[in-house]
Amino acid sequence: MSAALIEARGVTKILGGIVPVTLVQDINLAIMPREFIAITGPSGSGKSSLLYLLGLLDLPTSGEVLIDGQSTAAMTEEERARVRLTRLGFVFQFHFLLPEFSITENVALPMRALGRLSPRAITARAEELLDSFGLGAHRQKTPDQLSGGQRQRVAVARALANDPPVILADEPTGSLDSVSTAQVFGILRDLVALRGKTVVAVTHDLNLASQMHRRIHVVDGRLANDETAAASA
Amino acid sequence: MNLILTIAWTHVRHRARQTLVAIAGVMTGVGFSIMMAAMMEGSQDDFIRTLVDALPHISITDELREPTRQPADIAYAAAEFHGLTPDVRRPGIKNPMATIASLQTWVPGALTPSVQSKAVLRFAGRNLTTSIIGIDPRTEADVSNLATHMKQGTLNSLYRASNAILLGDRLANKIGARVNSNITLASAEGASMNATVVGTFHTGFRMTDETTGYVLLKTAQVLERQTGIVNEIRVRTRDPMAARLISERIGEQTGYKSISWQEAQEDLLSAITLRNVLMYTIVGAILLVASFGTYNIISTITHEKTRDIAILKSLGFSERTIRTVFIVEALLVGFVGAVLGWVFGYLLTRGLASLEFKTPFSDNNHLPVLYSVNHYLLATGVALLSSLVAGYFPARSAARLHPVDIIRGAT
Repeated sequence: MSAALIEARGVTKILGGIVPVTLVQDINLAIMPREFIAITGPSGSGKSSLLYLLGLLDLPTSGEVLIDGQSTAAMTEEERARVRLTRLGFVFQFHFLLPEFSITENVALPMRALGRLSPRAITARAEELLDSFGLGAHRQKTPDQLSGGQRQRVAVARALANDPPVILADEPTGSLDSVSTAQVFGILRDLVALRGKTVVAVTHDLNLASQMHRRIHVVDGRLANDETAAASA
Repeated sequence: MNLILTIAWTHVRHRARQTLVAIAGVMTGVGFSIMMAAMMEGSQDDFIRTLVDALPHISITDELREPTRQPADIAYAAAEFHGLTPDVRRPGIKNPMATIASLQTWVPGALTPSVQSKAVLRFAGRNLTTSIIGIDPRTEADVSNLATHMKQGTLNSLYRASNAILLGDRLANKIGARVNSNITLASAEGASMNATVVGTFHTGFRMTDETTGYVLLKTAQVLERQTGIVNEIRVRTRDPMAARLISERIGEQTGYKSISWQEAQEDLLSAITLRNVLMYTIVGAILLVASFGTYNIISTITHEKTRDIAILKSLGFSERTIRTVFIVEALLVGFVGAVLGWVFGYLLTRGLASLEFKTPFSDNNHLPVLYSVNHYLLATGVALLSSLVAGYFPARSAARLHPVDIIRGAT
């Protein structure tokens, strides 16, 4: 039995149309606990498409994705949503916070959707997460009152809200300056090192990728290289 | 607050202007619907009440539903007659008092004998054809509201003079007669008599007040030139709406023509039904138009919120939850609009009721309106239903959005 948190078996994604476009082709890989993985590759190589397939945001044309050893191929939309809510956390290039809500409310959203905690416990956890990312002084602010780096840290806090084992990040530092990039990357690294999470991040920043445990290089939708750098941890 | 409600409330609250316009649309629709229903049903009720008060609930007359059959017609299956006239039948209901006694054993209500007659009323050189109704003052109060409609004199005033008569106030005014005036009545049977006006009445029903006079039974019998004749038995049922069924049973039992007030006024009641269909069509159309505003706001929100929808779905919100959020937004608009519509509708109805109008059917100077909780519930139900439909389609589109397409578009 596989101990992989996420496993892709022959995953292919082809966009239909007059001229079909192959985004991802026959990808096989397994993501293990506590890994810090970079998905790299040229623009349009299928990095983000692969991440969305691994995160069940998209469905493969063929092949299957397994989460915790369970095939998701036959899952309903409702069941896939439940897996995203409990087992996966997403961080995107843009923060994608809801503009009308305070950052505490934004972080609380996944917990409220899951409904396992009391309202008081949800608020306490949201505030604790924000505090741990240095945002304690901004709890009642709305996203437009924060800097880009701060918003991205809120997005990471939100991804952690339901304590998922895997964080999937799509160019999480792509729109940040160098200082904020360092802060957010440090947070992601700490998630693995201190909280035992698995982080899979799409990035075109080879410098950041070089600091991660494992680098999956994608070219033309295919897995070109899967390299583990034991020394970099 | 529930998560779905929190998101829905936040969306509509942050689009205050558009939301208020949509709410105003629903409010106007609900308000006018309530006002129209109050006006239409009010006038209908008033009209029917006037009819029910002014007319006997059931009238049993000495006519037959079918003409008397010829002996040969009874004996042979196929027979044709030429140049025959039906037998001359003695007018009036046979054994009227026995018939009344028999009906009193089961008819829920009161019965009274009367004589219907036509006469020319002469006074001060004026001749007017008048319906003369012979009544028994002791039982008349049980079957009609005539006693309460008296302006001058009472029903018992008919005992005050020989050949006493009560006239409708409009009829009395028309001929210039007053109480104690002596008038002349000439019937179609050739009888003529002097009568004394002993009182006037006002039913509010113009036709009755202009053309009717009440006399004692025996006075009407003299006009008809038939002692003891009773050609009508009038019935007032406890439940006016049950009159039709009771009337059918009386007809079967007595063999005489028995007509309920509903049957007598069938044309008018059909017109009222048609009017109600028209009213509810118009009310539905008003609320449908109002729902376009709701559709507009929900559609706008879903367009503006595509990125939020994508992120909520990536967080793990299901399609059903997303759909519910936008449907709840539509229902919020519908509900708030409906509640404001109650107030608006009530004020419109009050305003309408205070306006002065003259109707040809009664002397009421104000438009009759009916305040009914059902109008409010119906308008609210239709408003919520149309909001639900208006919200459902944009909500369904929103829920079906593919998050990857939006996330890619945003990046």
